[in-house]
Amino acid sequence: MQTYKAPLRDMQFVIHELHDSAKLTTMKGFEEVTPDLIDSILEEAAKFAESVLLPINASGDEQGCTYENGVVRTPAGFKPAYDAFRESGWTAIAADPAFGGQGLPEVVSKQVEEMLCSTNLSFSLYPGLTHGAYQAILDHASEELKQLYLPKMVDGTWSGTMCLTESHCGTDLGLLRTKAVPQPDATYKITGSKIFITAGEHDLTQNIIHLVLARLPDAPPGVKGISLFLVPKFIPDASGEPGMRNGVLCTAIEHKMGIKASSTCQMSFDDATGWLVGEPHKGLRAMFTMMNSERLSIGVQGLGIAEAAYQSAVFYAKDRIQGRSPSGTKSPGQAADPILVHPDVRRMLMTIRAYAEGCRALGGWVAQQLDQVVHADDPAVREAAEDFTALMTPIVKALFTDIGFDMASLGMQVYGGHGYVRDHGMEQYVRDARIAMIYEGTNGIQAMDLVARKLGAQDGRLLTRFFEPVAAFLAANRDDPNRDDSSLGGPSLGGMARALGHAFDTLKTTTAHITAAGQRDPEEPGAAAADYLRLFGLVALGFMWVRSAQVAQRKLPTANGDARFYQAKLHTAQFFMDRLLPQTAALAATIQSGKGSMMEMAEEMF
Amino acid sequence: MKILVPVKRVVDYNVKVRVKADGTGVETSGVKMSMNPFDEISIEEAVRLKEKGVATEVIAVSMGVAACAETIRTALAMGADRGILVESAVELQPLAVAKLMKALVDKEQPQLVILGKQAIDDDMNATGQMLAALLGWPQGTFASKIEISGDGISVTREIDGGLETLALTLPAIVTSDLRLNEPRYASLPNIMKARKKPIETMKPEDLGVDPTPRLTLVSVAEPPKRQAGKKVGSVAELVSKLRTEAKVI
Repeated sequence: MQTYKAPLRDMQFVIHELHDSAKLTTMKGFEEVTPDLIDSILEEAAKFAESVLLPINASGDEQGCTYENGVVRTPAGFKPAYDAFRESGWTAIAADPAFGGQGLPEVVSKQVEEMLCSTNLSFSLYPGLTHGAYQAILDHASEELKQLYLPKMVDGTWSGTMCLTESHCGTDLGLLRTKAVPQPDATYKITGSKIFITAGEHDLTQNIIHLVLARLPDAPPGVKGISLFLVPKFIPDASGEPGMRNGVLCTAIEHKMGIKASSTCQMSFDDATGWLVGEPHKGLRAMFTMMNSERLSIGVQGLGIAEAAYQSAVFYAKDRIQGRSPSGTKSPGQAADPILVHPDVRRMLMTIRAYAEGCRALGGWVAQQLDQVVHADDPAVREAAEDFTALMTPIVKALFTDIGFDMASLGMQVYGGHGYVRDHGMEQYVRDARIAMIYEGTNGIQAMDLVARKLGAQDGRLLTRFFEPVAAFLAANRDDPNRDDSSLGGPSLGGMARALGHAFDTLKTTTAHITAAGQRDPEEPGAAAADYLRLFGLVALGFMWVRSAQVAQRKLPTANGDARFYQAKLHTAQFFMDRLLPQTAALAATIQSGKGSMMEMAEEMF
Repeated sequence: MKILVPVKRVVDYNVKVRVKADGTGVETSGVKMSMNPFDEISIEEAVRLKEKGVATEVIAVSMGVAACAETIRTALAMGADRGILVESAVELQPLAVAKLMKALVDKEQPQLVILGKQAIDDDMNATGQMLAALLGWPQGTFASKIEISGDGISVTREIDGGLETLALTLPAIVTSDLRLNEPRYASLPNIMKARKKPIETMKPEDLGVDPTPRLTLVSVAEPPKRQAGKKVGSVAELVSKLRTEAKVI
């Protein structure tokens, strides 16, 4: 059964205890964002997600979107849920107060996003895409366009899309063909076809604002000749209300494996009126400026699904009785023991839990740094945060979404056959999670971004933004004998720190190996990329787990009623160090083997 | 017209309550706390009356530890105008709460007090009735519908046999039942605004009330575990067991 209560205690742990939210109030623009305000926001968002979005998750999947004569209808319940979402002000959470937003930090809004993704991934995409379009307009459009469009996109009465992909070009946008012809009134006529446009057409909002990549007549070929245009479904009239229908039409919707309640559209632009956003030929850059935040959001989709799968799997593991514990009967009053007693079921549940909580901690760190990029006073702090988020963006996107799918599958496994049939909703998580590994840059592209761009950028300076804090932490914690004191009721922090130290050494050696191999042979980094990204991600999660364990150990002696939370944190930390982090050794060996075994086979042998 | 609404901080209705090892009560530290659901309904009703232009001000009152301020913030986020926190380290029983509420009513002069019919932690169902008695005001308890006209209020109450409608003269006490309304979700802007609304803090002494408990708690224990059932082979065996073992027929 799809069951979900927002993991508020763990979110509070991540925001307040691990990443020190109290510091937020010292930052420009966040003066009022106190820990208790954050808590009330999370609590209210949780209520909404649990009681409005969760109930229409399975039904939305069953029903899907429907297309008829250019009109797309979302499943039953989506329109009222969206109206309630908008009226409650959630569309404005991370938007600029100048346009009606609440201007809350990423570290808060990403937790709210996680709740939306856990309860209804399809639903979350509608406001998610609007926010992406909002950000591009905010950063690059003229003041006039901003005034006209942003307030309505922030309050959610209008939604947004990002129209990049065409049937012949996805990853390689340099191939795109959509044309933009300048008009005497300073507008443009946009003509072309786009595919895979999320929320391209639907019945949730009065108007839909498309951000479209297209070529001007004088555009140079390739990615340097792409411009960004704003194309509304209805052109606003003099009073700013939706007016004349523009030449943009949804010609079909895709039939997909998952996220069926999200409308994925083929869009046709036929002399549609558009306005230039940013400078001519610099559209790609304009569209990608918010990429770090967007890709973290996609990562959060993986995290959200992993959390939902965990909770549903735990529910079943406690409820389903089958067989007896290998160490002797645990529930003599019942015909069998709950399957939670079995080590293999524990393995699955602990794996999902350790990854979900680890990703939440790591995502929280990246979100905190995204806030620093914009809000820190000190330019050196801003630069460090920019480096860090650029480095970690491909990692959180690919790692979290790979994990999300794997954990959804593991959650289904706990249910056995009852997970494979539709009734319990577990297979929906598997299907819904799968897309996140593909869109917003496939995970393969993310891995290439990490090894080919980020490692070498600024002479390796980006890398130091992760390596230095880890090294400093290890230096402070690994050799301190007092850290081995396990009398506090948990595992030894020194032991965990040493395990992290080994994995970190492996990461450093492997990084040096890839860099050297890449200089000899340009194919080597590509052969290592996916495994390297996973290795890096595991070390980052390991770092979060040791830090979490340290916080838990400090707080445990005075925790009273909260003791179980910290004890569980310590158990899960130990599980991660013992059973998940060791994968780093296998990954390092894989990478060291080089490209030979996959590149030497001749093409015709495939 | 002013409306006063007391809101109680209780263990969240989703939490599986655990009895403390020493039997002195239930475990509340580190447990998620939230507003008593009946009080949410009361706040919602008061805010709706304000939105209709019937009420001019909604005041949320909470009593107990300092953290009760968070419960008041929730009420403010739902639309209450200001809060009063009566801070007390002593456990507050219904009579003490009713006395403190009476002192606040004397001070604030509301025309209507809407209380939850009971709190989900102790299920006392007493404070509203006690407050009505202390004030000498009419009371409409277990309300599923209220309507204000002029200086009167009609209260539809849920009783064993169905519904009963009372006509009361204001000022009056109403206690809300589940079906009175469905509380709203606090909107994000209102959560932010709630931070700026005032909460006045006072002590029972300031109101001239001695809150010392009058009831003594003897012990708190889990209900006995349900025993496994027995399968019977025939109706005759069932009847005989009901007669000889269960002794119910």
